[in-house]
Amino acid sequence: MSSAIQVIPLQWYLLLSTVLFTIGVLGVLFRRNAIIIFMSIELMLNAVNLLLVAFSSFLSDSKGQVFVFFIMAVAAAEVAVGLAILMMVYRNTKSSDINMLNKLKW
Amino acid sequence: MATTHFTTYIFCFLAFLSIMFALMVVLSKNPVHSVLYLVITFFTIAGQYVLLNAQFLAAVHIIVYAGAIMVLFLFVIMLLNLNKETEPHKSIWLKASASVASGLLLVVLVGSLKEATIQPINAFNPNIGLIENLGTTLFKDFLLPFEVSSILLLAAMVGAVMLGKKSIK
Repeated sequence: MSSAIQVIPLQWYLLLSTVLFTIGVLGVLFRRNAIIIFMSIELMLNAVNLLLVAFSSFLSDSKGQVFVFFIMAVAAAEVAVGLAILMMVYRNTKSSDINMLNKLKW
Repeated sequence: MATTHFTTYIFCFLAFLSIMFALMVVLSKNPVHSVLYLVITFFTIAGQYVLLNAQFLAAVHIIVYAGAIMVLFLFVIMLLNLNKETEPHKSIWLKASASVASGLLLVVLVGSLKEATIQPINAFNPNIGLIENLGTTLFKDFLLPFEVSSILLLAAMVGAVMLGKKSIK
């Protein structure tokens, strides 16, 4: 089976990644549950990862795929710290609603 | 020619699945369902990696995301006892404006990327996604970032433990 990048134009991957990224943005704007917002951020990171792999495969350069490794490491670190913060917020406010976190707003 | 069409069909199928399940992550009421839909989205993205000849990255993606990060999310949702549909919702105006804003972002991004062209500089090599090439690149060109990322992970671990402690004086 031939590689997808030989038969599928790069524009399609650009379009797919853009749509996935926009759905992540939509999730951040749309929801009030902090966990869903975290998952939307993961979705955005994955859209970028997909685009990096597509470019790497298109250019036959493995550096893009190494960058995806680093993004995965950063995502893992971000999720660990973010969920710990979320646990602490929940312990103090008994809610995962981000509208409770408005003390720094004005 | 038959294989060409086959690959295109697989791409379209996976793209449709990933977009649909990504939308369901955002729109589903129950957070546990959202996590499960996100796992399915990650599997479809791993399928795209396999199509792009990045087999090792597909395996790592499934292990790290579906295996580790999503399990962490599920743990936290179960610990917070959020597995019920009692979460607050934004008002209809905020939801509508969020949809319009992200739709406009989509239009802007698609419009700006529509004319983008790029020429491949290297000859096509189907082996770049294999672990041999990736390891060579990682330990030759990116040795320092690799070591620094270990410090990042250590710092994240210490920070998570500190934040998760019962009370900080």
